[in-house]
This record gives sequence, C-alpha cells and structure tokens, in this order.
Amino acid sequence: MNEIAPTHTIGGYVPMVDGPEKVSGRAKYTADFVEPGTLAGRIFRSPYAHAEIIAVDVSAAAALPGVIAIVTGEDCDKTFGVLPVARTEHPLARERVRYRGEPVAAVAAIDDATAARAVKLIKMRVKGLPAYVTAREAAAPGAVELHPHRKGNIERDVFFELGEVEAGFAEAALVRERSFHCAEVCQNQMEMHAALADYDAVRDRLTVHASTQVPYYVHLMLAQILDMEMSRIRVVKPHVGGGFGCRTEALNVELIAALLARKARGRVRIVVNREETFITHRGRPETEIKLKIGLAKDGRITAVDCECWQRGGAHSGYGIVTIPYAGSMLYALYDFHRVRYVGKRVLTNTPPCGAFRGHGTVDVRFAFEALLDEMAEAMGLDPFAVRRANYLHAPTFTDNDLMVNSYGLPECLDWVERESGWRGRKGKLPKGKGLGMACSHYISGASKPVNWTGEPHATVKLKLDFDGSIVLLTGAAEIGQGSSTILVQSVAEVLGLDLSRLRIVTGDSDIVPKDNGSYSSRVTFMVGNAAIDAAQNLKKLLLAAAARKLDCRPEDVECLGELYRAGAQDKGVSFDEVVVEALKDSGTITVTGNFSTIPQSHGGKKYRGAAIGGTMGYSYSAQVVEVSVDEETGVVTVDQVWVAHDCGKALNRLTVEGQVQGSVWMGMGQAMSEETSYHECLLLTGNMLDYRVPTIQDSPPIAVGIVESNDPYGPFGAKEAGEGSLAAFLPALTAAIADATGLRFTALPVTPDRVFAALEKRQREKSAPGKAA
Amino acid sequence: MARLLTLILNGRRRTDAVGDNLLLLDYLRETLRLTGTKTGCDGGECGACTVLVDDRPRLSCLTLAASCEGKKVDTVESLATDGRLSPVQQGFHEKLGSQCGYCTPGLIMASEGLLRRNPRPDEAAIREALGSNICRCTGYVKIIEAVQHAARLRAAGATP
Repeated sequence: MNEIAPTHTIGGYVPMVDGPEKVSGRAKYTADFVEPGTLAGRIFRSPYAHAEIIAVDVSAAAALPGVIAIVTGEDCDKTFGVLPVARTEHPLARERVRYRGEPVAAVAAIDDATAARAVKLIKMRVKGLPAYVTAREAAAPGAVELHPHRKGNIERDVFFELGEVEAGFAEAALVRERSFHCAEVCQNQMEMHAALADYDAVRDRLTVHASTQVPYYVHLMLAQILDMEMSRIRVVKPHVGGGFGCRTEALNVELIAALLARKARGRVRIVVNREETFITHRGRPETEIKLKIGLAKDGRITAVDCECWQRGGAHSGYGIVTIPYAGSMLYALYDFHRVRYVGKRVLTNTPPCGAFRGHGTVDVRFAFEALLDEMAEAMGLDPFAVRRANYLHAPTFTDNDLMVNSYGLPECLDWVERESGWRGRKGKLPKGKGLGMACSHYISGASKPVNWTGEPHATVKLKLDFDGSIVLLTGAAEIGQGSSTILVQSVAEVLGLDLSRLRIVTGDSDIVPKDNGSYSSRVTFMVGNAAIDAAQNLKKLLLAAAARKLDCRPEDVECLGELYRAGAQDKGVSFDEVVVEALKDSGTITVTGNFSTIPQSHGGKKYRGAAIGGTMGYSYSAQVVEVSVDEETGVVTVDQVWVAHDCGKALNRLTVEGQVQGSVWMGMGQAMSEETSYHECLLLTGNMLDYRVPTIQDSPPIAVGIVESNDPYGPFGAKEAGEGSLAAFLPALTAAIADATGLRFTALPVTPDRVFAALEKRQREKSAPGKAA
Repeated sequence: MARLLTLILNGRRRTDAVGDNLLLLDYLRETLRLTGTKTGCDGGECGACTVLVDDRPRLSCLTLAASCEGKKVDTVESLATDGRLSPVQQGFHEKLGSQCGYCTPGLIMASEGLLRRNPRPDEAAIREALGSNICRCTGYVKIIEAVQHAARLRAAGATP
C-alpha cells in the first residue's frame, strides 16, 4: 500500500502563484524594461477642447539635437476603437481635436529630458469650435457635431418597452419617480500607462510590450494602425499594475509608441505620467438617471421606467455597449415583467469613457436600489422583505432573454442580515449611526465577444515534456485579479497534482494561444472551463500510458496525481514513469482545451442591443453598510461592511475575498469621494490628491460571506467574483446615511461638503418652517 | 552639475556620479536598474516609490539622490535573503496583501520601516504608518492582515 493521494486546492486559501515575484520586486511591468539604447517617447497633447487643426509645426522640435523621430496625424490616417462599428479615433489627431489632452504629435529622443524639451517646441494652429462639457449641452439643438456621422452628438440611443408598463404602474400601491446623478469616475489603477515598442527594420517586425488587459485587441489595432500584417507583430503583456476596465481596449499610448518605433527604426518606451493617465481615461461616464418604480402592497415590483443619459466623451470607446448594458442589466437580479428603458449616450469634448469595473450596471443599480429603499420606507416595508418579494427562480430566462442558471441572492441576503445583526440593531443604533442594505449582480463574461470570429471563446494549451513539468499556455491576461492562479489550480485539480508541478506562461503572442482578454469577468468562467477541458484531455493520454505500463484497461486506472495504479492493492507507477511512457508515441505532448458559450446564453433580439448582458452565469451580491455621520462636519465614516457574494463556487477563497473586498472598496471610492471635474473642458482632477481615492485610514473592515450556488456551467460550479459586489455599496451607503440622518442623497459622490450643505439646508428649513416644502 | 555620491545601498557601499537634480527614484530605477521601486504618480501622491533611508520610510520621488550621501538606503530588493522571503514579504504573499503588485514594493517598505521601529504595532499604528500609500486593488483589508502576520512571523523567527 502507498500513501500517495491526489492533491486538491480548489476551495482552499491559496496564495497567488505569481506572489513571490510581486513581493520581491522582481515582477517586471512595462516601464521596468530599461535597456540601453531605448529611445524615450513623449506625447504633445492638444491644449484645445474642440478645434479644427490648421497646422502642426514640429520643425523646431525636429531641429533639436537628440530628437530621432517625430510623428503627427499625418503619419497615420487609420482609426482605432474597440468596437468594429465605432472606430473613430486616430492615434494622433487629424483635422480636428475633440478634447483637451488628445494626442497630436509625439517625439522619440535619446533621453526623456530631450523628448520633454522637444515637445515644448511643438506649435499648433487651430480654428476654435464650441466645446461641450455636459451631455445636455452637446445634445442641444444646433450644437456642433463632434463626429459628422453622429447626428445631434448622440453616439447611441436605446429604447425598449417590454410588457404593459403603464398598466403596471396603475396596479401599484405606490409609484415614485426620482432623479439621480453619478459623477464621472476613473479607474486610476496604480501603474500609469506605458508601452515599449521595438521595430526590427531588417525583418519588418514589431514587438510591443503593453500594459493591457487584452493583448489581442492591442495586436489587432497595431496591425490596423500600422497597416502591417498581424503575423509580423508580437505583443507581450508583462505584469500589469491593475486595469479595472481602462485597459480593455487598445490605448493611444501603445499605438503611438509603435508609430514612433517604426519611424525611428528602433526601440521606443513611452511612460505617461499620472495626469496623462487620467486624460487617457476610459472611466465610468457621468450619468443622469430618471427612474420610476411601481410597488405593490407586498413589495412586488409592478413596473419600471428608466431613462439614462451618459456623457461619453469625445470618442465612442465602449460607449455603444455601455448604454444598452445599463438597460439590459435592469434585469436578471429581480423578477419583474414591465420595463421601459430609454438610454442616450452623448459625445462631448471630454476624455473618452470606457468600461469601468461593473461596466454599464453600476449607476443604474445605485438608482434602482436607492429608490427601492426609499419606497420600502414610505410603505413601511422592510428593505430585505422587498427584495425577497421579487426573487427570480433559476433556471429561468428574463423577459429580455437573459439566461439565469443559478441564483444565490436569497442566501446572500440571509448572510448579511444575520452577520450584521440587522434584526437586533436596525433602528436601535445611537444618534448619528445608521445601517443600509442593497443588492447587485454581474455577468461572468459576455457571451458574445466584441470581435466575433467563430473561434471558441477560450483556448488553453498544456505542454508536457521529458522533465515531467506541465506548462500551461494561455493568453488570459493576469492583471492582479489572480487569473493565473485560478487556471493553474484548475489544471492541477483535474490531474491531482501539486501546484508546483505546473508553470504558467501568459501574455506573449509568439507563444500562447489567443485569448479574448480580461474583461467582463470572463476569465475564470471561460478560460477556467477551457483549462479543465485541456487537463481532462491530458489526463486521457496519461491514463492510456499508465494502462500500458500496468497492463490493464485505461478505465481501470486510478489517478492519484503522483501515482497511477490499477486498484488499491497495486503498487502502481509514478507520474514520472507514466510521462516517459506517454512521450514514447509523440514526443513532447501538447493538448488543447476549449470552451464556447451556448447559444441560449447569447441574449435576445427583442430590441436593438438586447444581446448585451448575455452571459452563462450571473453573480449575486448583497451588502449591509454601517456608517457614522458627524453632523458638525458632514464627514461620513464607514464603520463596517458585510458583503455576501454568490460566486457559484469559490475556487480560491483567498482571492475571492480579495476580489470582493476590492470591489466593495472601489464602490466606496465612487460613492464617497471620487469625481473627475473639468473647467471649460480642462481636467482639474488629474492627480491623486484632487481625485480622492480612499486611503487605508478611510477604509472599513469588510467581512465577506461566500455563497456557493454551484452554477451548472461554471468551472467546478464557479461564477465571477471580481465585479458584482461593487455596485451594491453605493445604494447601501446612501441608505445607511438616510438611516442615520433622514437625508436621502441622490447625487454621488456623497462628500462631506454635500452632507454638510444638506444638513445646513434642513436646519434652515426647520428654523423657518413656513418656507419648507 | 554632477557629483560623486557614496551611499550604502541594500547593504553594500557604492559610489556613482549623479546629477544634483537627480531624484533618488530615478537613480534607483534608471541609473541602477533596480526597478522594484515603482513610479505611481507625478510626485508625492501615492507612496509606490517608498524606500527606507536610514531605516525611515521616504518617498524616493521627493528625495534627491545627492541628499543620501553617506546614508543607508534600502529598497525592496534588499529584503529577501538566503533565498527566503522576508517576514513582511511572506506576510503580503500569504495573506494576499498584494494583487496587481504595483503598490506592493512601496507598501512593503513602509511596513518594514514600521516594524523596525515598532515590532508589535496595533491596527491603528498600521493604518497610520501606511496612510500615504495608495492601493487600488485590495481595499486594504488584507494589507492590514499581511502586516499583522508579518509582525508575528518576525517575532517568531530569528530575523535581522
């Protein structure tokens, strides 16, 4: 008998496989590739918000000793953009500039100081145009159009009405309408944007290191912008210092670096600064929401009417997806059947917005949950009871054809209710303290990828060689969310091996299979399933080899990871021996695993944009937030958060907790302090002091409850964990403030100034009761 | 103008020619190619570039290299010795105090500075010591656990 047993890590607390590099300083990010002979790139940016370009004069810059190459809009007439139907952006502006800070020219020089001096010598002559900082100004009649093909500056409008909405309101015991306003927020990930482009003029080949979430999109856009064959381009994604959505599309930084490198016939590194990173933007748009909800006496939702305006910025980015998302994702959290949605995405003279964590869902979810809370109070209903009156019952399809297979919201609500002591404490806290709750949800990967090619949604390769090591090859971009760890765990689990048997290689287009990238929380679900498939395919080969060694049938071989045996009494053969046998046929083994979403999950066709929001698994989240409000200063302190997240199955409890805490905290930043602001289209908040991110001093304990609904399609039952808990924080906070003060804030962020002003206003109205509304 | 700078970097004395206006951050990253120390902002906003100067946390983006004459400068590269992660590194790794890892070297050095002067910090002391280091991934919950874990590891082991 032997004591070897298969190794299991799924469901454990597993530190990240790339943790040692990160804590030791050995992890290299794009800006860390400091090689002699690399030219320094700098970008000249438009000082104008909206103008026709008459001339860009680079002659003085070009004459500066040490300047090697300069590129302007004249060097590239191609456009880029994440969505094939909305590629309106030039890497360097041509004919027109549309926001302050838009790249106009770029310099490659022998060192950064020379490049910086050269940029100061570039001159630009323009004819000014009216510039619009708000969606309403840009959409007003007579406004100058930013892009000629977008009439009235409407980038995209969405309308749907499913069910008898007016009849639903007529049935309601209470109908209430409110307007909400959410400020624009920015990912502000810790690593500033950087790109390193190396052009091999002899071979006409290009290698680009980029801090991206989707190397594949960067690859596509480099080919398009440079008019090069894709096969001549190699994209490398080193360690990436956070993304949160801003790197889900190719950014101008990497495209400009490549244009410069080709012109200079050399290697160019661009590291933009924090202010430029803010200007590159791709954050969550400023959003105005008018929402009307009808509630029956028992709390059931009878009808929903939602109008949503988003200020998109100067180019589309993900805009034509974001605005239908906001409507589609009204569904799939609760059960209701009468919904009207109007969405307007407006082009403005501000930096382009993009896909920020919780893409499309967050601001509308804030409005929805905030209004539910207010109405529950008005009707004397418990906010938990209102949610419970509206549960979905999985498996089901929503009216807009979203497929819901697993639904752990009830368990999430139970957990936060219990752990927060809601029943015993709500309404009994001392003055100035309050409790609030809310729910949210998110997709586990968009079922239809942006660039639909017909290929599987995810592909993983495993290489097994003479040394007995297994190398996992994937294009899935590790950006700090732990995707590499989850994939290694998944393969190890199937094979019963210790994680140390595996290595993972990601992010080099010369080596790894293409991946659609780290966005929409798709990696665990889609690439995880592909990794399991690959591991099962490898296991089949190993079982067959073991059967030959053991002289039995493959189905009679028992795999214990490091040992293969034919029955419990068999001494068996070691993994290494099985590998030697397996390699006899083919030499080095490579196997492929694939995953594709099923057509039923692709969303519907009931209205234009209805496919947006389709996924194979929705995560669910419930939160309780406890606050203290200092009525003298308006300062709100979050004392504690309880969050329960239905991630289907926690493949790694440590990283699930980390993702959920990070999401909640990012929601807290948006809810309480983060806000971009502009003066005449000039960004005023281009640094981390004016764009106020919560510090460790401001940040509460966040207790995480993991709910496992075991999704039928998820890898080992898993769904997403990294986005769905963000949105619920916002309305849970405002509900807690309402509990503490009686004031309902409908504009975010709820800063101390706004709280103080609202408290003062109430005080004034109290002392002059005749004037009170 | 340039001058010769002599300092004790990660335990070893060395001398380099540095410009008077060269930042300690650029000296480390660009001159010495010690890229463990990160640049996260345009000056003094984020803490990613924190190193220890004579055992005290310092923002290397606001420190002139020339001001470190004769001083002891420690970066994240100095911590792992004999093939082992230091207690603070181990704490951040095992408790997931690091996600994307970009703020991590700065946070680790700020934590190292804290534990050198206060080996058993309470939670308030940890929050105060790390108050100028921004992390965008973790929400800080696991960073606090990482530092507490590091303090225990440090107390348990024979660490310098």
